[in-house]
Amino acid sequence: MNKLASLISGIMFGIGLVISEMVNPAKVLGFLDLFGNWDPSLAFVMIGALVVSSPLFHIIKKKEKPLLAEKFNYSNNKTINNQLILGSALFGAGWGLGGLCPGPAITSVALLNIYSLTFVASMFVGFYLVKSFNLSSPR
Amino acid sequence: MNIVNFTPIPAFTGGLIIGLAVVVFFLLNGRLVGISGIASNALTEKENKFDNLLFLLGLIIAPFIYSLFSKGEISISISNSYVLMIAAGLLVGIGTRISGGCTSGHGISGIGRFSLRSIIATITFMIVGILTVFIKNLL
Repeated sequence: MNKLASLISGIMFGIGLVISEMVNPAKVLGFLDLFGNWDPSLAFVMIGALVVSSPLFHIIKKKEKPLLAEKFNYSNNKTINNQLILGSALFGAGWGLGGLCPGPAITSVALLNIYSLTFVASMFVGFYLVKSFNLSSPR
Repeated sequence: MNIVNFTPIPAFTGGLIIGLAVVVFFLLNGRLVGISGIASNALTEKENKFDNLLFLLGLIIAPFIYSLFSKGEISISISNSYVLMIAAGLLVGIGTRISGGCTSGHGISGIGRFSLRSIIATITFMIVGILTVFIKNLL
């Protein structure tokens, strides 16, 4: 059952990205083009997601355990350090260059666009490099 | 600044669905969605591997499921430079793992829990993303 839950949340998340057009790098780059032709849509996606998730997180985490797993399992890392800033800055640079972040990039695999597939392959190389050099942020 | 291509209603609707996806994953499986973590761990970790792969599969099949219910075409407009997409993918892959999150993990799951760490990460990648687009437009 929890396997089905993972699949269904992935599908819902992907459908949200398709409906909001966040799978389209042009929409994301429009949001980041604050000083040019600005498209505020991405902010509305985040607001929509937070309106639902934020209050429900606070209710659900008071439960003893999740419905289909033994225990809650999420990061409670509160560290604010150079690693956080440097990593976020590198991510922001890549996001601004390509207009893709991990969710939309993986969802766009279905569209079989050679440039987004190139991005995805290269992103996984990046994941692998960080893991092999042991630079991952602790949870 | 000119406001262009703004689509608040699909953006907000898609955002609500994304928020619901995150809530379903948390309520049922006890985990917070962070797509860079799910994708990277699916590649490198044994723990929850199958769940992570199913979530990613969900993202990839989402556009097909969307097409069953909607006639709307899913169009994307993306850079046609391999060099740029490889650089962007590497930066996104490396950056998100060093900082421990992307637009979903820090931007939604983290901010939704009022995590200062995630708020700082999100502000950082947005500012750098905006600067990157600004500089790119000058070239």
